[in-house]
Amino acid sequence: MLRKWLATPYILWAIIFTIIPLAMILIYGVTIDDGGIRFSLENIMKAFDPIYFKALLRSIYYALISTIICLIIAYPLALILTEKRNAKVTVIFIFVLPMWMNFLLRTYAWLTILETNNGFLNTVLRFLHLPTIQIIGTPNAIILGMVYNFLPFMILPIYNVLSKIDPYVLEAAFDLGASKLTRFVKVILPLSIPGVISGITMVFMPAITTFVIPKLLGSGKINLIGNLIEQQFVQSYNWYFGASLSLVLMVIILISMGILNRVDPSREGGAL
Amino acid sequence: MKKILLLVLSIALVFLVGCNKDSKEETVTLNVFNWGDYIGEETIAKFEEETGIKVNYEMFDSNEAMYTKLKSGAVDYDVLIPSDYMIEKLISEDMLLELDMNNIDNFKYVDDTFKGLAYDPDNKYSVAYMWGTLGILYNTEMVTEPVDSWNILWDEKYADSIIMKDSVRDSFVPALKLMGESINTMDEGKWEEALKMLQAQKAIVQGYAADEVRDKMIGEEAALSIMYSGEALLTMEENENLAYVVPKEGSNMWFDAMCIPKTAKNKAAAEQFINFMTRPDIAFENADYIGYSTPITEAKKMLDPEIQNDPAAYPSADILEQCEVFIDLGQKMTDFTLEKWNELKAY
Repeated sequence: MLRKWLATPYILWAIIFTIIPLAMILIYGVTIDDGGIRFSLENIMKAFDPIYFKALLRSIYYALISTIICLIIAYPLALILTEKRNAKVTVIFIFVLPMWMNFLLRTYAWLTILETNNGFLNTVLRFLHLPTIQIIGTPNAIILGMVYNFLPFMILPIYNVLSKIDPYVLEAAFDLGASKLTRFVKVILPLSIPGVISGITMVFMPAITTFVIPKLLGSGKINLIGNLIEQQFVQSYNWYFGASLSLVLMVIILISMGILNRVDPSREGGAL
Repeated sequence: MKKILLLVLSIALVFLVGCNKDSKEETVTLNVFNWGDYIGEETIAKFEEETGIKVNYEMFDSNEAMYTKLKSGAVDYDVLIPSDYMIEKLISEDMLLELDMNNIDNFKYVDDTFKGLAYDPDNKYSVAYMWGTLGILYNTEMVTEPVDSWNILWDEKYADSIIMKDSVRDSFVPALKLMGESINTMDEGKWEEALKMLQAQKAIVQGYAADEVRDKMIGEEAALSIMYSGEALLTMEENENLAYVVPKEGSNMWFDAMCIPKTAKNKAAAEQFINFMTRPDIAFENADYIGYSTPITEAKKMLDPEIQNDPAAYPSADILEQCEVFIDLGQKMTDFTLEKWNELKAY
């Protein structure tokens, strides 16, 4: 009885902040306002117009690349960290500390570092008589911003899973004559898949929806789907089309998560 | 842990419920909603002292944010100070009260140039507060030739040194004006043509920036950018190499004006506030502190002569004649222009 009662705040929370907004997006997404509000799939179809669909494909592409880079950086790092003593403290300090700072502020900081003429990096390069780089306003800057901002979401779940692997399992592998490589491929890697999956979802989702990173680091020259959605709400007040775009994006995220869940049916990774 | 969470949640709930209670106070309270950092430092205190009305001053950072908050009905605002196109939108949605000019005696001080503007042709709903133009802010060290035309934004010499605004209407102004068109044209063909110009320009544009453009101009990351005069005047204070010009082809002219929404509880006090803000000595104080251009002639005369004669703050009548106020294009046309904008950004 007490348990049931304790759950009510969470249920209320879920209803107010998840279910009602989702229902509103759904309703706005499949209606249009031309004099009167009526049901129509017109806006959903419009979301597949080349202008919008290309932005969507571009978002998926950038998010995928960022996720892969994050994975490549995060996995070895998590491996190293699990083998080190006091690793937990290090992890928290190196990767969680920047997260205490506001996301927007961190992105602004990158802008200051990377600026072409008088940015910090190029000033240093010029001082050392090295060639300067021009990265602001290019897709590379956007991907860099994504990788930097979302990397901790990849490291932490992988580290968690790796550090929970039973050391006896690893010893057993050795006892049975496995080399270091075999042990990694046959034991560690399969056991860490849940963490990898949850890392992928936690990086891919914010990366595909971000609109601040392309705005600042991409100099507003490249529109991602997040920018288009924001624009519909803020610039043209077209909540109907904005909701349609969000709906399409959500369906795509749902599909990709469905695919991921096939890889990890037990869902030991924990995320979603 | 759960207990703490529960406690926090219940406190939050109590707070949410508590917020709705109307506080009953004897003195009249006026809810004023204005842009951030957009009023003299002592102006409100002076008004409170003179009239005995208490002012509850709130700030917004964009017209859209103001609109959303006004619509949500969270606070019954008495005085708003949004921009021209937003006022037009509010009028068309029947959200503003007509002003009683008998109570706003100081309206006579508003320069005739700033009366009967397109967003409020009969001056029924609004009194201008500040005004300005859209123009080119440029670095005189990096651009040595004279700047007087929008054409320079297409000059390949300045490749990767030009910053446009991340806003449809603003960024289309140079193209439409170069074509000799109205910035409020409803002709879709003209917008298509302007889009072609902007697409050609994109190769040499460094970016389409919002507020961060100020930092970029101060840090000399770019040679040229389009900017609003008020913002430009503030940016120029930070870097002495910067100059601002309104191109000869004409441009957009903007206004922030005071108006009273239908939610107002104290219309008389609100009109008193508008009247107070329009009084020359107060308007001078405001303009002097904010650094934007005042529509009150008498107040302008009190300013430092250097500012009065600064073409960046007060462009010549010839140029102003070429300038237009943005008119709300309506939902259909707005969607169309936004589509063109997205086409530009779609590569």
